[in-house]
Amino acid sequence: MSTPEATTEANAHDGGHGDISVGVAGAGAGGDGMASATRITPGNALRPEDIALAVSRGTAKPSEDAAEFALRLGDDALVLAQRLGHWISRAPELEEDIALGNIALDQLGHARSFLSYAGGLDGKSEDDLAYFRREHEFRSVEIFEIPNGDFAVTIARQFVVSYYQFELYRRLVDSTDATLAGIAAKAVKEVDYHRDHSAQWVLRLALGTDESRRRMIHGFKVIWPYVDELFRDDELTHRLSESGAAVEPSSLRADFDRLTGAVLAEAELEVPQVQPAPGGGRRGLHSEHLGYLLSEMQVLAREFPGASW
Amino acid sequence: MTTPEPHAGNVWPIWEVFVRSSRGLSHVHAGSLHAPDAAMALRNARDLYTRRNEGVSIWVVPADAIASSDPDSKGSFFESPQGKDYRHATYYTKSEGVKHL
Repeated sequence: MSTPEATTEANAHDGGHGDISVGVAGAGAGGDGMASATRITPGNALRPEDIALAVSRGTAKPSEDAAEFALRLGDDALVLAQRLGHWISRAPELEEDIALGNIALDQLGHARSFLSYAGGLDGKSEDDLAYFRREHEFRSVEIFEIPNGDFAVTIARQFVVSYYQFELYRRLVDSTDATLAGIAAKAVKEVDYHRDHSAQWVLRLALGTDESRRRMIHGFKVIWPYVDELFRDDELTHRLSESGAAVEPSSLRADFDRLTGAVLAEAELEVPQVQPAPGGGRRGLHSEHLGYLLSEMQVLAREFPGASW
Repeated sequence: MTTPEPHAGNVWPIWEVFVRSSRGLSHVHAGSLHAPDAAMALRNARDLYTRRNEGVSIWVVPADAIASSDPDSKGSFFESPQGKDYRHATYYTKSEGVKHL
């Protein structure tokens, strides 16, 4: 809910600039139009808290299939957020540190929304699902859990997954499941920016110096075996696409190939010719990397259940 | 868009960031940042200065391109208008019979 900006007594008397009001009383309102560069408004959007509330009140309840689907997308986003969060304080420049942290937080937000909804099936909270499930209970695909590598590997993964997520969320906006549609409508705008961010870096690394180009080519070679798994259909996606709640992952592939292909061509890169990895994350079969990631992510919640700060 | 020469030692150049908070207001200086070029400077500015709905438009300007007044010349530059009341509309008395003032 946006807070209406009431014109206060103080504003009315401060020399004719009362029309430039600040949402937070007194914050940076020291002089003239200064405040306008830092005006803060929360804006309107579907929040994970709204979904948790709707679920607890029973106004939103996922079908068994929708819950499993939300778990998949939530786990993808959660594992990616954890991976990207590792860059904080480690990125090549402070500004990029913040950019990756921002993207991580966007993904964490999507994870919270999807997991809050998935938990609605049997009364579990987002925290129950994130912190108290074991490795084989996670439904994320492998591309999200493979290690960050160098900056180029991280960008290669980010490029692939943000183009995939954009095509998926763009279609989920029309889902017959209103909650999935609502989460997707918010997420698609954020993921659109993630596409832009990673595409900009693919171009700069590939067309930069000999070393940056070598690393970008290597990054795509590391990542590309895991692309295939993102677009695999199974019985769940088949049922959900029949009912109009979701789409078959394979139906996203043509747009993904066309759009990523255009950026790769501009960057003078070839699509790597590699064997697809077997995958299996949707069935709980993960690489050796997920366990380490989860132990780091879950240790505090498991060591001190119910901890808050 | 012009891109300043990269500085020695592989350090990204500095950009000054101007944010417009809503339609009808002017861009206001918000801060500065490092970026390799103008396109990335805009994106870094978006991430640094508009995370809380602060803006609808961003300008970035290479810091090198800004000429600024000399802080030591305060007297001659900024104090000479003092006492020149006649430069303000309020100095003048309204002529009789003029409407809508």
